[in-house]
Amino acid sequence: MRTFLIALALLVVLALVPADLTGLGLPYPGLKRYGTYILTLWLVTAIAAMGVNLIVGYAGQETLAQAAFVGIGAYLTAIAGKHGVPFGISFAASGLLTFVIGIALGFPALRVQKHYLAFVTLAFSVLCWLVFRNETAITGGVMGLRDIERPILFGLKLRNAQTFYWFVLAITAVMTFVLWWIVQSPWGRAFTALRENPLRAESLGVDVRLYTLLAFALGCAYGGMAGSLYAPLVEFIDPSPFALGPSLLFMLMVVIGGSGTFAGPFVGAGVAVLLPEWLRAWETWYLLIYAALVMIMMALFPGGIVGLARVSVRKRQP
Amino acid sequence: MTDLLQLLIAGLATGAIYALAAIGFTLLWQTSQTINFAQGEFVMVPAFFALIAMKLGIPYVAALVVAILMSMLLLGAAFRYAVVGPLLNRGVLPLVISTIALGIILKESVKDIYSAEAQVFPTLLPDRNVTLLPGVTISLAQIGVLVVALITIGGLQWFLAGTRTGRQMQATAQNPTVARILGVPVERMILYTFLINAGLAAMASILVSPIYLAKFSNGETLGLIAFVAAIVGGFNQVRGAIAGGLLVGVLDNLAAAYVSTAYRQAIPLILLVLVILFRPQGLLGRKEERAV
Amino acid sequence: MGLKWAFAGLAAAGLWAGTAAAQDIVIPNIIELSGGGATVGAMWKNGSSMAVEEINAAGGILGRKIKLEFVDTASDPGKARAAMQRALDDKPVAVFGPIYSGSVSATLKMTAEAEVPQIMGGEAGPLTAQGSKYIFRTSFGQNVSMPKIANYLRDGIKAKSVAVVFVNNDFGKGGRDAIVKELGARDIKVVADVSTEAGQADFAADVIKVKGANADAVFVYLNEEESARFLREAKKQGLNKPLIGETTLLGQKVIELAGDAANGVKGHVGLTVDAPVPAIQEFGRKYEAKYKSKPDHNGVKGYIAPYMIKAAAEKAGKLDGKAIAAALHGLTITPDKVPGILIEATWDESGEIDRISFLGEVKDGKQVITETLPKLKK
Repeated sequence: MRTFLIALALLVVLALVPADLTGLGLPYPGLKRYGTYILTLWLVTAIAAMGVNLIVGYAGQETLAQAAFVGIGAYLTAIAGKHGVPFGISFAASGLLTFVIGIALGFPALRVQKHYLAFVTLAFSVLCWLVFRNETAITGGVMGLRDIERPILFGLKLRNAQTFYWFVLAITAVMTFVLWWIVQSPWGRAFTALRENPLRAESLGVDVRLYTLLAFALGCAYGGMAGSLYAPLVEFIDPSPFALGPSLLFMLMVVIGGSGTFAGPFVGAGVAVLLPEWLRAWETWYLLIYAALVMIMMALFPGGIVGLARVSVRKRQP
Repeated sequence: MTDLLQLLIAGLATGAIYALAAIGFTLLWQTSQTINFAQGEFVMVPAFFALIAMKLGIPYVAALVVAILMSMLLLGAAFRYAVVGPLLNRGVLPLVISTIALGIILKESVKDIYSAEAQVFPTLLPDRNVTLLPGVTISLAQIGVLVVALITIGGLQWFLAGTRTGRQMQATAQNPTVARILGVPVERMILYTFLINAGLAAMASILVSPIYLAKFSNGETLGLIAFVAAIVGGFNQVRGAIAGGLLVGVLDNLAAAYVSTAYRQAIPLILLVLVILFRPQGLLGRKEERAV
Repeated sequence: MGLKWAFAGLAAAGLWAGTAAAQDIVIPNIIELSGGGATVGAMWKNGSSMAVEEINAAGGILGRKIKLEFVDTASDPGKARAAMQRALDDKPVAVFGPIYSGSVSATLKMTAEAEVPQIMGGEAGPLTAQGSKYIFRTSFGQNVSMPKIANYLRDGIKAKSVAVVFVNNDFGKGGRDAIVKELGARDIKVVADVSTEAGQADFAADVIKVKGANADAVFVYLNEEESARFLREAKKQGLNKPLIGETTLLGQKVIELAGDAANGVKGHVGLTVDAPVPAIQEFGRKYEAKYKSKPDHNGVKGYIAPYMIKAAAEKAGKLDGKAIAAALHGLTITPDKVPGILIEATWDESGEIDRISFLGEVKDGKQVITETLPKLKK
């Protein structure tokens, strides 16, 4: 119950962040369009990162293709939208398609040793990028797809930056709840058992490979659905955000946030999306500073930011 | 037919560079479970050490030596102690993340400190071509690459198999715990592999830069290919990495000529997937699973 | 507690609405400072900074100093969009960049909506064909340069068949699409259509393909270092067909990188530091003295951007985006009034630039101009 209340309060705060509250007599002018955009981007990134967290933090696998799955969802939604398919259907289809691809990739790869899923996803990631770039007739190639429409919900246009933010926030909330429910379910607990002691989990009758496969596919589906939101958010897509480099960054943000913790992906996505904004004043040096912070962070607190926060909380209340 | 020969030769010369980078990759993995995502940058950076040394007035050959030493010091020893050290036995992932960040640091440093532009890198060999057969030409620089790379690889193989230290390194790679019990100075052996990796990367850098120029972004493709080559060849064997490197170099050229230039990168990756599915230990790898 | 921090953070990042008005005119440069376009972005940055220093030293624009702000797009159109949104929230007088056509394409609707002139470096043809009244080129679009190349291939080289080698990014692909269309219109056959990768090292297979096609001429449309690698490989394999290029292939950087292999290369040059125009050569010397490297056409593009704003603002008589854009349409800027424009240039209603250009070739490691092509419209 307490968790539920905290989540609700957080949701209300997040919903109010971009809004102009001066009308209510509060000295808070809200965010500019850009601020709202960045906040929306943070949520979309966090959805994809939640998927990575499920794969990395709970199932103990690695994925180097999350950006490619985001790309599949984004292209599917953009292309379907141009043919008049309603957003709801593209969104569901993005999730379903990436789930199926996840099963198809994971099933053979998980038969072999650890880390091999990572290698297969690495190849898949580059192959996807090549298809996005080369199949110009479908994807627009390097020139990308322009003028992607934002969805219309029950006749309500979501063109406005703030309305679209609330729409994405609502979806994020639902998807977060679903994931929370999964993690809390006996199914999710099996994962925790798995992570803590694989041999014991197996002896308790947990079908390790099946669970891992489903977790991987579900993680991919979160990527696909995030992509489905990314396309109308940016209103333009081209292959570059779906390359291998961005896939590595998804792994980076989950580990930095704290893999295997529920809040980790949100913190990690926040660091990845917002920190460059703070460091922007340093022009090109921001990448250096960012990377140096990541390395220091890893060297001192490999458990990530959430892990660090937990340690300091525990220290304070002995 | 002459086209095919030309492609094979060019592919082998490029593949030899990939092999040098891939060998280091497998060495680090074996001794310290380090998957180095900055490996491409490790090959990119030493050329700039040499360029800076030459700017300071150091003659060419001495500058190459400086580059190799600097690389062993910074990309070898410092990498071992400052980056990998704190993360050993903390699982593969934090170290992977750290090397991704290190790659960004190396790339951006070269760009911001030296230049964003490609640089001409001098060579000892005159810019001349040798015609092997009518229609099959190889440049002296490419011959140089092949010869030096083969000597380096041969030397490494001899060192690993023929010297006491080399055998101790192999023992460390196969099973650090057993090696420690047998009295092998495991810590020192791990350091050696890092030094060798940095040395090989510096060699690759010096060989590749005269042909393909020195640029801050060169590591991006190189790192990926070295990774692919190491997996294809076999992650637990030095000769696997060599074969993988040469194979990927040749395949890339053949794919571009006979399949599709737009999809040339796809062919080595499809091979990678096939290898994982049907021969997961790699083409030349040993079939053994180590307890991690 | 956490909330307070969050708000402080939002304010610090400038995400929060309401910022103080600055004294200087701030012009954001949304350019490629990292990623694939970093080389191009660095050139642009140097060029525009140099121009702004000169303008400020001479009293600024309408008595106010200019301050440039550089924002990295990471060569990613999505990030370019974000950066552009942020820049436009501050209601600037004008924005510079991006240089990659994909990023320009992703942002040009935004500047049109915000009514802020966008002086950009993209060369893809369609950029000026989308009806934006606020987009301005700093160099020829491929819709202008490719017909010139095609004419040269037909009249100068007398080619009946051409092999096209292009880099598969937005620069190369756009140029390839444009030249294939123009060659088709002139009944010149495209016998090889070779796509290459940005950052590609080994061009052996590509040269073999080109050789096998046995075309009358080869059109090479790659970025600087890839051009150099291609030329070296072509020389090695003894490719003896005329190698024709557009601006980049004949550029100083490619000559430096390719060495001997660049000799004999011919083509069209939009703007070059070696043009037989004293003002441009003087610019080249100043740039080299300041940044210790030779500028290419991207340096020139960045350099003229602030001067375009200066000339247009002075014509309009006020520092207002809408007025500046209106003033730039149909404006001819001449070097005797604004020396920084380097050569006389005219912008039409769609933002397309018109000025003289050159045909040239590389001889003994130097770019030599053989012919000056007049402006399209007098």
